[in-house]
Amino acid sequence: MSRSFARVIRDLLRHWSARWALSVIALLVIAAIIGAFLHRSSAIQADIVRMANTPPSRAHLLGTDQYSRDLLTRILSGATVSLSVALLSVVLSMTLGTAYGLVAGYFGGRIDGFMMRLLDGFLSIPRVLLLIAVLALWRPVPISGLIFLIGVTGWFSISRVVRAETLVARRLEYVEAARALGTSDVRILWRHLLPNVAAPVIVSATLAVGNVISLEAGLSYLGIGAHEPQASWGSIFHEGVAYFAGNWWVVLFPGVAIVVTVLAFNLLGDALRDVLDPRQLHGSDTPLVSSRALPLSSRALPLSSRAKRGI
Amino acid sequence: MPDPLLRVHDLRTYFYTEGGVAKAVDGVSFDIGAGETVGLVGESGCGKSVTALSLLRLIRPPGRIETGSEIEFDGRNLVTLDEKSMREIRGARMSMVFQEPMTALNPVFKIGDQIAEVVRVHDGGTKREARERAIKMLETVGFASAAERVDDYPHQLSGGMRQRVVIAMALVMNPALVIADEPTTALDVTIQAQILELLRELQQKFGTSILLITHDLGVVAETVSRVIVMYGGEIVEQASVTELFAAAHHPYTEGLLHAMPQVGHERERLATIPGSVPPPTAWPQGCRFHDRCQYAWDRCATEHPPLYQIGAGHVSRCHLAEEPQRRADAHEPLVVRAAE
Repeated sequence: MSRSFARVIRDLLRHWSARWALSVIALLVIAAIIGAFLHRSSAIQADIVRMANTPPSRAHLLGTDQYSRDLLTRILSGATVSLSVALLSVVLSMTLGTAYGLVAGYFGGRIDGFMMRLLDGFLSIPRVLLLIAVLALWRPVPISGLIFLIGVTGWFSISRVVRAETLVARRLEYVEAARALGTSDVRILWRHLLPNVAAPVIVSATLAVGNVISLEAGLSYLGIGAHEPQASWGSIFHEGVAYFAGNWWVVLFPGVAIVVTVLAFNLLGDALRDVLDPRQLHGSDTPLVSSRALPLSSRALPLSSRAKRGI
Repeated sequence: MPDPLLRVHDLRTYFYTEGGVAKAVDGVSFDIGAGETVGLVGESGCGKSVTALSLLRLIRPPGRIETGSEIEFDGRNLVTLDEKSMREIRGARMSMVFQEPMTALNPVFKIGDQIAEVVRVHDGGTKREARERAIKMLETVGFASAAERVDDYPHQLSGGMRQRVVIAMALVMNPALVIADEPTTALDVTIQAQILELLRELQQKFGTSILLITHDLGVVAETVSRVIVMYGGEIVEQASVTELFAAAHHPYTEGLLHAMPQVGHERERLATIPGSVPPPTAWPQGCRFHDRCQYAWDRCATEHPPLYQIGAGHVSRCHLAEEPQRRADAHEPLVVRAAE
């Protein structure tokens, strides 16, 4: 496995967009770590009245907000909230979706039919409206609650992709062979099928991180997401809107943070999709045979079309 | 035969498809004795692979083993056994060698781990112990430096070596019965002979019974002691291998034998059996082979033949057993006449 992992990284770094995206994400992670250690008081000025809404200067590189708080500090701690909400809720939804899809696809028959109809029901619920409804009732929502809600409403489409992959993978002869040699269903799912569905899950997860960051920003913008004292980029943006007139920096910088981050995750997701699906290679420098060395790729449909559906 | 190891009685495996009920295996009965090698022969679609999968109860919906079928093994009826006990039998008491060594191994795991996995599934124990047994088993199936090859990945091995790994996985728990489903079909002819030789060696060494599934009568001739010929989801002839080659009774078996290339017989074209296996959703009335048979007469189209006793241990599902004089008037089979 380590060999093919190194290979994925190497292929990934050939894409300029992936190099850029990985650098941005690395910086963001550093920012989020710094943000986690910044004491909130350091963002608050002694002179609350006079320092409110000052433009970017040497002392405050990104200016200050209406409470005289340093915007750079705010955005750094906002990175902690935005990124951890996005990453943790994506981990939750990918786990749920993968488990659901694996079970439905592997057991098939009536179990599959029932689970897929149930999923159709879930998919018919508009996610944003559901989140708005629940969050309107659950106020103030703790960060963990936000992660939970975004996570449990985000696994529907990935479970479809995983199910489709599983339907193909369970017919592989080595899966049948494992069954014929007495391996239990749980072990087959874990050892033989999970690696086969890993590629689309990784791609979908990366793209979902960008999605969730903008979703969370949107919810926070509506005032029902992260709230004081924990500020996410969305809630910083939300607070800034009221003071936007004459104070462009209070919305520009959190807005830029959101856009750059979402873009980075989307570009990384696209690059991963190319790398993990050898049939999508642009150049002819890598022979198709290499798909054998990369076992994540024995599939009937091009990965990209399904990953797109899975977003 | 005193107490057979495996006794299959009236095995029926049906698939409930949208196009109707496919009776892939339709009333098959046979025995396998301890240490015996039995060949199961027939064309694609005759039900031999479904029979094999039924024995291990690996049939998935919409397929089903019908109630009333019996697979007696180790003194238990596998058809009604609970799934957990069935899992304990698979791989440990009865196991299977698959056709395609390229795909029967998981490409992401080392071969040693895949063999050790079988040990750990059944015996538990430490990783180290399982690995030791994997190395021993690799030696047994003919790896010269097993301790070094144990960490190889499947793609580092040739097809023949991979098939040896597949066989090692099937035999590592020393099962009483191994089902080998076309184990040499995907291999070069020279490698085929080696693999068959290996199976024979292992069978003698461990006293394993083997059910060898193949469409290749040549493979059967060198390997097995008894042959079961299947056609249309049922057994049409069963005999010892010498008897079958010397005096095949069923016209289908006869056709298979004539279709074999033979050294010393100069023939411009190999004989073929006209037509193809009918779909399992609609087996013909009467004898299922009658429209492809060169001896068929009116009785064959209406009356389904039972298995007639031809000799000691030799049965054939053909009315010729009662009217042997009909063998004299061979004619063009129905399918050919219909085509003309």
